[in-house]
Amino acid sequence: MSFEMIFFILVGALSVATAVGVVTSRVAVHSALFLLVHFATLAILYVTLNAQFLAAAQIIVYAGGIVILILFVIMLIGSAPLETRAGYRSWVPYAGVALGILMLAGMALTILQMPPTELNPEANQGGVPIVLGIELYSQNILLVELAAVLLLVALLGALLLARQPKNEESPISNFQSS
Amino acid sequence: MVPTSYYLILSAIIFTIGAVGVLSRRNALIIIMCVEMMLNSVNLTLIAFARQWDNLNGQIFVFLVMAVAAAEVAVGLAILIAHFGISKSTNIDDVNVMKW
Repeated sequence: MSFEMIFFILVGALSVATAVGVVTSRVAVHSALFLLVHFATLAILYVTLNAQFLAAAQIIVYAGGIVILILFVIMLIGSAPLETRAGYRSWVPYAGVALGILMLAGMALTILQMPPTELNPEANQGGVPIVLGIELYSQNILLVELAAVLLLVALLGALLLARQPKNEESPISNFQSS
Repeated sequence: MVPTSYYLILSAIIFTIGAVGVLSRRNALIIIMCVEMMLNSVNLTLIAFARQWDNLNGQIFVFLVMAVAAAEVAVGLAILIAHFGISKSTNIDDVNVMKW
């Protein structure tokens, strides 16, 4: 049991525990906070996998962007607990967990048949920004342009969806006045 | 060093938890969070394989997946807020305006 293995098991267990916390929380804010810790544990794992720039990007984009967005939406929309619907829904979580275990067993059987290969400790030169930058801007410049176009389209789409017509009240003020 | 298959098993577990969450929860915000978890598990798989084969293409793919996930969350939350203005409910079963 080397230190790396113990570290991986601890961080992996925390990652799985927070993932379960996201799925099973009754309060939406708790789920968002569990998700934040889950993203942080994944960033730690990326550092052990020689992907240092992606670990920083994970914290900035996911933990510092997406979770903040979700928390803002929870603040605007509110997280009133949903009352249960008709009775036939009560078996859904158990069926979901059973099918999930089935899927996990299938994946695990495939993964465990992988032959072990030897790993280079300096693989990808640590994933430092200069190496990733050289690879990205020389071989994959088209992907950078496509990502830029995608982000522009998403920005315009979100602006259009959130636009409030001049003579109507916004959905947010509707919610707050009720 | 930790073998690649360990990271893949962890990624499979996280993906399964996210999938079960998407299918079982009714709150639209929780569903969006579980979709993000599934995307992150795939990121972990890609980076693990990038280390195994000493190939940076896996990490570049993760770069693009992060950009796509950020764009998708922004637009998805905008859709959710727009829908909430009509129906006043975050229950995913109420997103049925197009049902005839």
